Amino acid sequence: MTRTTDTHPNVDTNEGASPKPRLKTSAMIASIAAEGQRTKPAPFGHALVELAKSRPEIVGMTADLGKYTDLHIFAKEFPDRYYQMGMAEQLLMGSAAGMAHEGFIPFATTYAVFASRRAYDFIHQTIAEENLNVKLACALPGLTSGYGPSHQAAEDLALFRAMPNMTVLDPCDALETEQMVPAMVDHQGPVYMRLLRGHVPLVLDEYGYQFEIGKAKMLRDGADVLVISSGIMTMRALEVAKSLEADKVDVAVLHVGTIKPLDGETILREAARSGRMVVVAENHTVVGGLGEAVAGLLLRSGVTPKFRHIGLPDEFLLAGALPTLHDRYGISAEAMTTTIKGWLG
Amino acid sequence: MQTNPLGHNVDLAERAYRIRRNALLMGEVQGQGYIGQALDIADVLATAYFHAMSYRPEDPHWEERDRFLLSNGHYAIALYAALIEAGIVPEEELETYGSDGSRLPMSGMAAYTPGMEMSGGSLGLGLSIGVGMCLGLKRNGSSSRVYTLFSDGELDEGSVWEAIMSAAHWKLDNLIGIIDVNNQQADGPSSQVMAFEPLVEKLQAFGWFVQRIDGNDIEAVRSAFDAARDHAEPKPRMIVCDTRMCKGVPFLEAREKNHFIRVDEHEWQMALEALDAGRKA
Repeated sequence: MTRTTDTHPNVDTNEGASPKPRLKTSAMIASIAAEGQRTKPAPFGHALVELAKSRPEIVGMTADLGKYTDLHIFAKEFPDRYYQMGMAEQLLMGSAAGMAHEGFIPFATTYAVFASRRAYDFIHQTIAEENLNVKLACALPGLTSGYGPSHQAAEDLALFRAMPNMTVLDPCDALETEQMVPAMVDHQGPVYMRLLRGHVPLVLDEYGYQFEIGKAKMLRDGADVLVISSGIMTMRALEVAKSLEADKVDVAVLHVGTIKPLDGETILREAARSGRMVVVAENHTVVGGLGEAVAGLLLRSGVTPKFRHIGLPDEFLLAGALPTLHDRYGISAEAMTTTIKGWLG
Repeated sequence: MQTNPLGHNVDLAERAYRIRRNALLMGEVQGQGYIGQALDIADVLATAYFHAMSYRPEDPHWEERDRFLLSNGHYAIALYAALIEAGIVPEEELETYGSDGSRLPMSGMAAYTPGMEMSGGSLGLGLSIGVGMCLGLKRNGSSSRVYTLFSDGELDEGSVWEAIMSAAHWKLDNLIGIIDVNNQQADGPSSQVMAFEPLVEKLQAFGWFVQRIDGNDIEAVRSAFDAARDHAEPKPRMIVCDTRMCKGVPFLEAREKNHFIRVDEHEWQMALEALDAGRKA
């Protein structure tokens, strides 16, 4: 949307459109869970505590966002292994590197915007260039905050995909978040995890899911559409698949929990199956994320199905309540369903 | 202390001379470089590697070593010169400096060079890494210290002040910062690029034990390193070293623009001779 001096970007000037209920800002702090959805509290914090009981080399570090990244659970259990570095993300990353130099496995937490945009060079130079064992868990990935661009990390995957040595994870739900924590520790080298915090939806337990770094997993098969998705968009895709059953549209969902390294083998195998439209869905700008990663992979491999892409537009996103924003930018289940039906014609 | 094969019978001034000489020989390979900085910091490096620090030349990763972080990666030529003198890098590699396939790249990187503890070059990183290392060493119950060298120009970087604040917060008495105040950075005199004085008062106000010395007076440097080590308060320690660019080679000292100097082919021999003359004097 184009901003002008006399029109606030958040003012809907589309007169005549039917009024929608105005949601309150409480939705900004934002659980991404839908009303009535099953959730688990602080899955990252609890999983880290469980693992740290047997792994004394794990330490927790944060930049004034312990409470907001669920690291306070760890801090309460292991106060002497918790390092409050102040509201200083560059210091957080540099000192996490120093800790890793001395043999520890630091989990450094902040918001995804600050890790990706403010502290990028520190992560690049002090952590990734030396392939150090630092684990980043960064909250509010993509569009999961209604605060506007200051808190919306729409481009974090693009930035960390471009960083050599970095493993990049985008969990779907509470179960996968829990499973990622030990996998991050078992992996030697830096890892960036998009952190889902607070009351996190629980979805994948119904699919017998088990996360493995570098492995995409088929959650359900289908003959008409293959959705390739990561993060919370997999949760959405599963809802879309259910709602499209009523229209006799058979939707397969391939969940890509690891953005980098990408599971090219599974993606190519599934995308090459004839007759299916491939839709990549990501909670991220359409620039440089899963969509372009998959598109590049398919083209390089000579696999060219009908290809569509659902993601956030290349623009500064609005502030507001998350459900409203997810509808507006086409990443709610309802918006996705409509979009995909339109593509099917 | 260090178990250098050359032992302790060589005095620090002689070590500093050899470090300067190594740096000039490396500079000659490239025909240019950060020679001015290498010459100004040689006395500090001689004191660090031949008086203050514990290390094993044959085992650069020895757990109980003192760590040395080179934040200002472009000073690599100076540190290589010291690492060669310390027996950590073989002297014959000197002539590979900055060349394809060399372990001695123009800007210091940990993966390339034994004894190089961090990848610097993007300025303002070192002290943050030092804070984390010191926290880690304390967790491990280690008595090793972390020496972190950075430049007055790096004081422009906000991250340096983040680290300065946090080191005092965490009472990191195992962290010894060394600031090279040569008053030169890329765009000119550091104090004109961004005023940083009064430095001692600022650092004291941040909670550090601070000493300011003539960084080319080797006795003063030695005393400052001793005092930094022996200081009783649980504070991080900073040694502010006023140094002279190109120290030891008068005709280069006289050059005004010496952040990155080009030395003509015939001048390298002159520089070495000038250095030798100073050694005899």
